Formats: sequence, C-alpha cells, structure tokens
Amino acid sequence: MSTSTDAESTSGEASRSGPVTSGRPAPTKGGKGGRKNALSDGQASFAAVLLSPTMVVILAVVGVPILLSIRESFFRKNDGVDPTTGLVQQGEQFVGLGNYSAIFSNNATVSAMWGPMDRFWNAFWNTSTITLVCIVLETVLGVAMALIMSKAFRGRGIVRAGILVPWAIPTIVSALMWKLIFDEAGIANKILGQQILWLADNTSSFWAIIIADVWKTAPFIGLLTLAGLQTIPDEVYEAARVDGANAWQQFTRITLPMIKPSLVVAVLFRTLDTMRMFDLPYGMIGPGKYFVETLSVFAYDEANQTRFGPAAAYSIVLFIYIMLIAFLFVKFLGADVVGDEEVRAARDAKKRRRKQLKATTSGESAT
Amino acid sequence: MSTDVTSLDSGQGGTSAAEVQQLQRGGTSGKQVLGRIAAYVGMALIVLYCILPFYWMVVSSLRLPTMGRSTQLVPSPVSVENYQAVFAPGNNFGRALLNSVIVSLVTTLLTLFLGILGAYALARLRFALKGIVLAIVIGCSMFPQITLLIPLLKMFTGTYEWLPINWMNTYQALIFPSLSFALPLCVWNLTAFFRQLPVELEYAAMVDGCGPMQAFFRIILPLAAPGVFTTAIITFIAVWNEFMIALTFGQDKSMNTAPVAISKFTGATGFDTPYGTIMAAGVIVTVPLIIAVLIFQRRIVAGLTAGGVK
Repeated sequence: MSTSTDAESTSGEASRSGPVTSGRPAPTKGGKGGRKNALSDGQASFAAVLLSPTMVVILAVVGVPILLSIRESFFRKNDGVDPTTGLVQQGEQFVGLGNYSAIFSNNATVSAMWGPMDRFWNAFWNTSTITLVCIVLETVLGVAMALIMSKAFRGRGIVRAGILVPWAIPTIVSALMWKLIFDEAGIANKILGQQILWLADNTSSFWAIIIADVWKTAPFIGLLTLAGLQTIPDEVYEAARVDGANAWQQFTRITLPMIKPSLVVAVLFRTLDTMRMFDLPYGMIGPGKYFVETLSVFAYDEANQTRFGPAAAYSIVLFIYIMLIAFLFVKFLGADVVGDEEVRAARDAKKRRRKQLKATTSGESAT
Repeated sequence: MSTDVTSLDSGQGGTSAAEVQQLQRGGTSGKQVLGRIAAYVGMALIVLYCILPFYWMVVSSLRLPTMGRSTQLVPSPVSVENYQAVFAPGNNFGRALLNSVIVSLVTTLLTLFLGILGAYALARLRFALKGIVLAIVIGCSMFPQITLLIPLLKMFTGTYEWLPINWMNTYQALIFPSLSFALPLCVWNLTAFFRQLPVELEYAAMVDGCGPMQAFFRIILPLAAPGVFTTAIITFIAVWNEFMIALTFGQDKSMNTAPVAISKFTGATGFDTPYGTIMAAGVIVTVPLIIAVLIFQRRIVAGLTAGGVK
C-alpha cells in the first residue's frame, strides 16, 4: 500500500519538478548548454552527505520498528499447557496470519454502540465514525472561522493568538480539562440543566470525545484555511459582484475552489491525525471503554496485557487503513501533499524567469 | 521574517479596506456596516470558543482544593493551594517538569541539527531520489505511533537477543522514539522555510566564488535563522505535548514527563479525582507554551501554514 502511494506521489512530483529545475536560469555557467542548474556541481553527492544522517535516524526509529512490528504480528504468546509434556508453555509461537484472521472470526466479545461484535471491529468502527464526524465538524467550523477572520480588518492578531491556545495545550491536558467540564456535577451539565453521565461508557462519552477534539483542532483548520483565503485576490470577488453573483455563489464558485488545495491538505493531515487518536479517549474516558475505544487505544491495551502479537497485527491494520485513506485523498481529492511546496516553487521560478527574461531580452518572454 | 509577514498582512488588509471604501460609495452602506458588525461578533465568538474551556481550567485551578468540582464562574475565595499541592513531594512534579524539559530540549536540538542539513538538500539541491525522500518524510509524520511502540517496547526491554539493552525508564528511551515524529516535522517545516529564501542569494555567493557548502553555511543558514527558530518552537511544543511514548517508556515515577505525571495524579483518598490539582498542573504545563505562542504568534502561524503539518 505504502509503496503505491509513494510511487504515485513520486511520479507526480517528478513530472511537476521537471520543468522547474530544467527551466532555471544558470547565470554563472550560461555557456555550458544553459540548462544546467547553477548549484548542480556535485549536487547528488552533497545531497547524500546532507540527507544521510536524517535518513539513517528515520530508518532506525521508524523503518526498523515497522519491520519488527510486521514480524511481531505473525507471532503469538504461548498460553496454556503443552499437550505432550504437560508443562506450561513459554515464549512465542509462529502463527502466520493467525492474528489477522482472528479479526474475522466473528466472535461477539464486546457490545457498545454497534451492538455485540468483535472488540477489534468495535474499535474500528469507533475510529472511523469519530474521524468522520470530527473531520466534517472541524472543516465546517474551521472554514467558517477563516471566513470571519478574513472579513475583519482589525483585531486579527487577537483572534490568531486566541486560536493558537487550543493548539498549544497538550492533548492530555485538554482531555483532563474536558473531563472536569463533562463531570457529572460539572459545568456542562449545569449549563444544559441535565444530568448526563458524559464520562461513563456510553453514547454521551462518544460525543464528549468529539466535542473535545473539535474544540482543539477546528481553529487549526481555520488557521490553515485563512492562509489559503488570503491568497485570493479581491479583484476576483469584485468581478463576481459586477457579474451579479450573490454571497453564496461567490462562496461556492470562487472561495471554495480557490481554497480547495490548501483545505484538502489540511483536512488530510487532520484525518490521519484523528485516525490514530489516543490521548483523548485514554485520558478523558480511560482504556477499555468500548464506546470510545479507538484502534490505537485497543492496540495499546493489548500490548499492555503483553499480547504483543495481536496488538502488532491491529496496529498494522490501522497503519494500512491510514495509508489507504491517504491514498484515496491523493487520488480522488487531488491532495497535493508531497508536491505542495514544489508547485509553489515552480510558480515562483516561472515568475522569476519571466522577470529575468523581461529584464535581459525583451522579446523572449513567451512563457 | 516576521517583518515580511507583517508588511504582507497589513498590505493586504490595507488594499481590501481601501477597495471596500471605494465600493461603499456605490453600494448600500447600511449593509456594509451590518456585515462588519457581524464579522466582529463572529470574531468575538471565535475567541470565546477558544478561550472559555481554558478559562475554566484556570478558574478551577484557583479554587480551594476541597471545591474541585464547584461550578462558580469566579472562584471565591481565590486560592493558590492547588499550586502548592502540585509540588507536594508525593507527586514528583518538579522532577517531571525537569524530565519534560530535558527530553524536549534534547530532541529539538537533535532534530534541528539533522533537519537543517536534510531540509537544505530537499529545498535546494537536485537529486534523483528527492521525491521518494519527501514521501518518506511526510509518510513518517502521518504514521500511527502505536505501530512503532510495540517493537520498541520489546527492543528497549531487551527481548531481542541481538539487542541486549535495557532502556526502560531512561532518557534515551524517551528521546529516540520522539525523533520518529519530531524529525519529519522539523525537516518538513525547514524545507518550506528554505524554499522561501530566494535562490539568487546562492547564485550571488557562487559568483563570488563560494561552493554549495560555503553558500549554505555563510549565506543561507544565517538568513534562515528566524525559520529555524520557529521550527524549533513548533518541534519543542510537539515533543513537550507527546503522551503515548512518554507513558510507555517512562513508567517509573522518577522518569515521568509532565503530561504523564498529570495523568497519574490521584487524590489523597484515592477515590476522588483531585481536579483542582490536575488543573493547576495543567496550567503550569500549558502557560509557558501559551506565552511563547503569544510572543511568536506571527512566526508560528507562518511556520504552521508553510509546513502544513500539525
């Protein structure tokens, strides 16, 4: 899965960066063919020297653990008594895909929001639903916030400072903060005038998690969207107004399409981040609460019970799930993840080239 | 850097303001005023939305320890007893803060050192595998940490014969796994910053006889200092806020980081959650970050939007 995503983005990026790099002017070595990058003398080896420490560390702290995790997922701790010797078994045994196939064995072990089902699937559907609901709410709220901020001429600094507060609070601290707010005798119940048991293992706790997550991350989406909004020139709106477009038409025909690239990337990152959510349910409701148990919490709990094999298998499934969603975002929503900066660089390079061409030879500015 | 952003911001605000005034002459001014009022009301709502829960945390921390669940909007009487309780010997919170500072600082410095070199190569140099390297970096920052945690737990407890180490409850066990998300974050942000510097600077340096390496150390690095600083803050906050790794590898009370220590606070009786103390500790952990964020907000926003991650 990961390789296909890589290949996708790599080929995309290569084709995109192609014209940029070849099109760069070479002021210092203009004579040598003119197409060579001025910085290209020994670039590959210099790049290798600069990048190798980073890549070695990434290989050590990410690459090796992933491979070991895959290996782990094929093993299971021995339990029970060996039938031939009558001794309690020690160590681990190779079970092949046993940990994965156990997921599909349909034993209804827990019963929460989705009725009785396997604990893995319960966590899977929790993760999916929490992610979906959170992302929809965060995107709507975030875009609304960005629109409001873009309309204001003064006081933007205060809002920006305020918006960074939820971002800066450690997630576990915000989890405990919301735990107090959603306490049985807490302020949330007092405002609502009801006695909802938010922190018990029920549907309310599911919504409590969503509220807490949306609070922390909607402003962040707003911030990234605002950056996208600020790149839209006012002339576009003026032209639309002259043509008689109303506010809603302006929003759907101009604003949304023009912020789409930055919004899609922001939403993609938020989606992937929400899918691996751990701190919030763990800190706010606790482990082993099936209404809010995400895949990360479940795998962590399994590892805590020293069932490393199944835990590794679940975490690998989560990894594949995340990669799949990332792939779909890149494929169908055109999330420009890797090439995002490259595209901007391409635009800048083009502009620069045009400017330089204009300055030097007035006739050649055909691009 | 910050001045650039400032001028850009006010520049944009200025043009649109002027244009709106121009438009106002033709259009209905009442509608405009109404829109403006709506915008300010909206902004007030945004600020309230962001601040109110945090306000509740601060207020709750300033109550008497016995009034942890009180719902009075203003604490009466105001008390700092919770803050004293945070540093009670049993909580070991001072040590936890120190651990957090050590882990965050070392991780940030390590990632900056590695990241500056790598990001320069990604931003400026041309080489065949750049796309793959970028994909790996961004892939790592999306990675579910739980996948890394299980093998790392086995590695650090010395379960594998080829790695006879016991790193549980050591600083390196907290720092090395943190690199897995801090380093990609750092590289990604720095790459964005380096790209913003005009490449002509290096061309000029090369005309003057610098090699790529000299151009990097003498020209780019000093100019990128604001970006490096911003990346340092963002990375520091990310590591400071990290919970899962710290929870797993620093289980010993003397090796808890501050977030883990807070999550383990228990009341004297063991039944009642000591909300006042927890909130006070939360404020202590958060306020330095918020102060830093308020001081450097322009740079941080520029960094976040440039990097696009977290």
